Amino acid sequence: MGVEGIGAKVLRKEDRRFITGRGRYVDDMSVPGMKYAAFVRSPYAHAKINGLDTSAAEGMPGVIGILNGQQLQGDGIGNLICGWAVSSKDGTPMKMGAWPALASQTVRHVGQAVAIVVAETQAQARDAAEAVMVDYEELPVVTKAVEALKDGAPQLHPEAPGNLIFDWELGDRAATDEAFSKAAHVTRLHIHNNRLVPNPMEPRAALGHYDPAEDHYTCWTTSQNPHVARLVMSAFYNVAPEHKLRIIAPDVGGGFGSKIYIYPEEIVCLWASKRTGVPVKWTSDRSEAFLTDAHGRDHETDVEMALDADNKILALRVETVANLGAYMSLFSSATPTYLYATLLSGQYDIPAIHANVKAVYTNTVPVDAYRGAGRPEATYVVERTMETAARELGISPAEFRRKNFIRSFPHQTPVIMAYDAGDFDATLNAGMEAADVAGFDARREEARSRGKLRGLGMSCYIEACGIAPSKAVGSLGAGVGLWESAEVRVNPVGTIEILTGSHSHGQGHETTFSQLVAERFGLPVDNVQVIHGDTDKVQFGMGTYGSRSGAVGMSAIHKALDKVEAKAKKIAAHLLEADEGDIVIENGEVKVAGTDKKLGWHEVCLGAYTGHNLPDGMEPGLKEGAFYDPTNFTFPAGCYICEVEVDPETGTTQIIQFVAADDFGRVINPMIVDGQVHGGLAQGIGQALLEGTHYDDAGQLLTASYMDYAMPRAWDLPMFKVSTHETLCPGNPLGMKGCGEAGAIGSPPAVINAITDAIGNNELTMPATPEKVWKALSAVE
Amino acid sequence: MYETKYHRPVSLPQAAKFAADHGDEGKYLAGGMTLIPTMKQRLAAPEALIDLRHVPGLKGIKVEGKSIVIGGGMTHSDVAMSDEIKSVCPGFADLAGLIGDPAVRHMGTVGGSVANFDPAADYPAALLALGATIRTNQREIAADDFFVGLFETALEDGEIVTKIAFEAPDACAYEKFRNPASRYAMCGVFVARRGGDVKVGVTGAGSEGAFHWSEAEQALSSNFAPEAVDGLTMPQDNMMSDIHGSSAYRANLVKVVTKRAVKKALGH
Ligand SMILES: Cc1cc2nc3c(=O)[nH]c(=O)nc-3n(C[C@H](O)[C@H](O)[C@H](O)COP(=O)(O)OP(=O)(O)OC[C@H]3O[C@@H](n4cnc5c(N)ncnc54)[C@H](O)[C@@H]3O)c2cc1C
Repeated sequence: MGVEGIGAKVLRKEDRRFITGRGRYVDDMSVPGMKYAAFVRSPYAHAKINGLDTSAAEGMPGVIGILNGQQLQGDGIGNLICGWAVSSKDGTPMKMGAWPALASQTVRHVGQAVAIVVAETQAQARDAAEAVMVDYEELPVVTKAVEALKDGAPQLHPEAPGNLIFDWELGDRAATDEAFSKAAHVTRLHIHNNRLVPNPMEPRAALGHYDPAEDHYTCWTTSQNPHVARLVMSAFYNVAPEHKLRIIAPDVGGGFGSKIYIYPEEIVCLWASKRTGVPVKWTSDRSEAFLTDAHGRDHETDVEMALDADNKILALRVETVANLGAYMSLFSSATPTYLYATLLSGQYDIPAIHANVKAVYTNTVPVDAYRGAGRPEATYVVERTMETAARELGISPAEFRRKNFIRSFPHQTPVIMAYDAGDFDATLNAGMEAADVAGFDARREEARSRGKLRGLGMSCYIEACGIAPSKAVGSLGAGVGLWESAEVRVNPVGTIEILTGSHSHGQGHETTFSQLVAERFGLPVDNVQVIHGDTDKVQFGMGTYGSRSGAVGMSAIHKALDKVEAKAKKIAAHLLEADEGDIVIENGEVKVAGTDKKLGWHEVCLGAYTGHNLPDGMEPGLKEGAFYDPTNFTFPAGCYICEVEVDPETGTTQIIQFVAADDFGRVINPMIVDGQVHGGLAQGIGQALLEGTHYDDAGQLLTASYMDYAMPRAWDLPMFKVSTHETLCPGNPLGMKGCGEAGAIGSPPAVINAITDAIGNNELTMPATPEKVWKALSAVE
Repeated sequence: MYETKYHRPVSLPQAAKFAADHGDEGKYLAGGMTLIPTMKQRLAAPEALIDLRHVPGLKGIKVEGKSIVIGGGMTHSDVAMSDEIKSVCPGFADLAGLIGDPAVRHMGTVGGSVANFDPAADYPAALLALGATIRTNQREIAADDFFVGLFETALEDGEIVTKIAFEAPDACAYEKFRNPASRYAMCGVFVARRGGDVKVGVTGAGSEGAFHWSEAEQALSSNFAPEAVDGLTMPQDNMMSDIHGSSAYRANLVKVVTKRAVKKALGH
């Protein structure tokens, strides 16, 4: 490898513009004649709309147009859809309620858009939006999924009686029941996985521009997957034909899943631009973000684990109720099913598993994938149960895990996933050593002498990412394939442009993707430009989520580079009058092995483009594309160990130490991987300790600003001790697994296991606020 | 934010004149750390903002012996960083350094905080315990009379907090238990001892804003030690209760935080 190749800690190329404030986000975009939009939003969680009076608002200064849901429907704009079909166990398809981009009859959550106001300035648009009089007739409200399933609960959608979207199962119920009947011990736990608000640093935004001269639409939008946005907007929402719609997702300031989905606002801005004749820009403020960005998690789960007399796991039984909010967001059905129950085997050899998941409508913001998407929920269930079982059995949690580890690969779990590779002992050992588990008892004693309670908790997670083999996800109901595309364009002077279907919104792709070129040809990363996020520039691609940009996106680049390399070698062999097989490319030079014959890389590239002296029949140019479809999910795994100190007088938890020992397969840039882990841990610890989402009985979001929604800050976190241990992934050419979500997946159970260890009470829900910990402590005293 | 007028007076009388012109439709603007977010959320819609930041009478920190006078326009950061305050009344500087974050401390002002009387604001606990005087462009008001109820003070329309004044006590300290989201005080306790007389100001916990905990004042006056608080119970009835903490929890916090404040004041 060169100094900037695979494994090098190359500084992030993109950071220069980000840290000097020169990033270009959607809200920075401006086109001539652009005007501003504000949305009229429902103040009620559930209400019938009896009328809409815009007369006062229309006369207000600067108002250009006010458009409503009836007009939207009249123009044939389609309802929002969920793109993954999941059926109930009785075979009936999921029951999807209609979700119009602007509500015209019923609103089902606070913040739902009912009209758009376009005005000369943002302030004028907002003033006028406030003057739109909507005649609401309030309806009864339900916000908790378990409540929504009860008889007599308020009903949200006529399509979904009882608010039940699907009642789905996975695994072998009979085999599981049978195993339970033979159990020597059963561990039972009720688990609540708290609802989270994603809070990317950049709020969502959309700039819709219809150009009547060309009959062409452009939409700048905060998207993690611009091509998917274009496809869905054209094929399902009829906003514009695909070839006349350009989606640009420029710099995007974080997404964590919440910017995968196509939201009402971008659809409506595009449509409104055509209707009003002006480009229309909308930028969410933080309050709107709380009320409209898809939330994450929100599961209630009962779990039972059956064990034999030798402490081997016999079976796992899981019943989950998943709150999907008021409407089915784009991938909302997959998150609590195929991305969740398929990971319930954890790192363990569990012969029988049965999971049942009920997905439910409530009068809350739609819930969808959020950093980890289903796998954090699964890991929390499995790892809380493992720790609880070990405590009940009186054996060390590490030994209990070791006893049940999967050690031979490939391993077929009872829940679809077939793990291809892993070494769970290696990460457990590395984690325990880094955490000095052996010295914990002494530290606990020392803390006790200061009146503090120390606890140690671990979590041995496995997740499935590198999403995903198209055929497999197709058979499970996905509406799309999950391959990735790449094009490598070599310029006549030898510099390189990589066009990728992945999208970078903080991950550092411009750097890591360039490192593949550095590795391959020995060119400086500075000679590489990574282009993404614009459907007019880049070939169709599937975008970034599910830690797929490495394992899938970079594999596509790798394949395209193979083709470029092969053609360059042919040209060089011709020019150097050598055998193609003897050509090597390194350090920016193209050489004949074992001789001093060589050409500069740029000379070969120039040769490709002058076409003066190419092998007979060869096309000029040096540009190759590739599509890569993975053969399996990838399976990052690791061991997280958290050590906490609880102040018994106030219930405050301080994280003293957090160790993450991860196996991500091949690491391209260790610095970026560490950064991804750090960010994931901060989010996971945020979920475990701080982030509580509260609705009142009327469906008002009580935690709708940072005054009440507790985000993790630097001082809530210790210095992390992270390390990686490579077992290469056999499924892709680079051996990569993916690191984007692991931190958020593995950490919550480690934190809660540590606190429950410290306080000697296992009854504790996330977020473990000081008050909850204090109460749990009072309960044991 | 709604459209609003902006005035920039350069003297106290001019500021008061603008205020009088707008009646209760005008609002003084100091650091804007409370007012501006409220306006952005459209919860406040003043017809005019009267910016106090260029009014000379509100500036300055004066320490003479034990007497401390702080201009209403001084920022939390000015207070926290003042060597003079730190040398005679470190507990007060310490409190200012615990407000919000650096950005808030460099914008937010003493006068704005006192006038706003947020039930979770830090200064009121100290001003009660220190027996401070709030000076306005019209009169002087004792802290005990100034803080009336939730977001309610003795200030009349148009009245400007120009200074706060107090004598440094023999010993004092502030202990703060932060709300995990806002990092305002979920419970903040300022203890001040002058000879055998101890005062305890509590903020963040009470349902009516900051208050004196008189039982603790009595107990600590006879024995200025953390243990003196042990036998006391804070009644829950007057405690705030919300998603961040029940009244029972806050009542517990008042006791724990008071003990810690005493410990700090004693220098351990
Ligand atoms: C993120 C954040 C965190 C915070 N954390 C804390 C915290 O931990 N503890 C804490 O105590 N506070 C906290 N605050 C509040 C902060 O201290 C504010 O600065 C303070 O409450 C208001 O002061 P200001 O100068 O910003 O006043 P402004 O916001 O400008 O004004 C507030 C009110 O006071 C009036 N006013 C202002 N000055 C005067 C005056 N001289 N005379 C009469 N009326 C006046 C205004 O008309 C307005 O009604 C926080 C604020 C933010 C944004």
